[in-house]
Amino acid sequence: MVHIKRLQESGNDIIAIIGEIDASSSIELDLTIAKSVGDGFAKILVDCTALEYISSAGLGVFMSYIEEFQEKEIRMVLFGLKEKVANTFVILGLADLLHICSSKEEAKKLIDELSV
Amino acid sequence: MNYQYNIGCSLNNLKGIREFIRNSLNEQGIAEIEMNTMILALDEMCSNLMIHAHHCNPDHILELHIDVPEKGKLIFEIIDDGNVFNINQFSSDNIGDLIHEKRKGGLGIRLVKSIMDNVEYFTRNGKNICRLTKQL
Repeated sequence: MVHIKRLQESGNDIIAIIGEIDASSSIELDLTIAKSVGDGFAKILVDCTALEYISSAGLGVFMSYIEEFQEKEIRMVLFGLKEKVANTFVILGLADLLHICSSKEEAKKLIDELSV
Repeated sequence: MNYQYNIGCSLNNLKGIREFIRNSLNEQGIAEIEMNTMILALDEMCSNLMIHAHHCNPDHILELHIDVPEKGKLIFEIIDDGNVFNINQFSSDNIGDLIHEKRKGGLGIRLVKSIMDNVEYFTRNGKNICRLTKQL
């Protein structure tokens, strides 16, 4: 199952996903991102270092926000994906549609550049 | 080698399906990335069946069989007696359309078709069989 934490750092809302996201738990990711947007954050970092598995239900959540974030000028960057998790994004071609970095430092740098 | 697992159609049972596949194939020397894609495809197929053919009724049962007839060849069968949910009837939606429509679904079928070599449907003893084949 999944545990999702939020913390704020230098104006970024950091969403940390711990565990597995599947069709039974993707709603928790959706609600967390919606809450971040509702709280007015324009820079969202998704910490995937402890994400062990993601199915299409979870990928669909990220995908469903792409246009809304473009319209609202909200930036989202994912970081720390394990190779097996990153591979799922690659199979679907989502790796090219989302901003994905290796480390938190790179993600913070990129989100600041995207926000200029 | 043959393995079988019976599960009720609750999305909460998907984790058990993933563990069953991992444990069953543990001895096959499959690379972690490849193992994860197998697990992913079966997770997608089972969750689609649970949702669309069984409306997540935990009293409805899916039988999952894994057969390894030779090294590197994997045959998965999902057996049920619900309405047939044949993914070959659906074309993979264009990802740009899914994004534009802000749809959260539609990706699972694309994943299964990308990962598996073959997906076929037939009936045996009055049951629906969905057979997925993968040559590693």
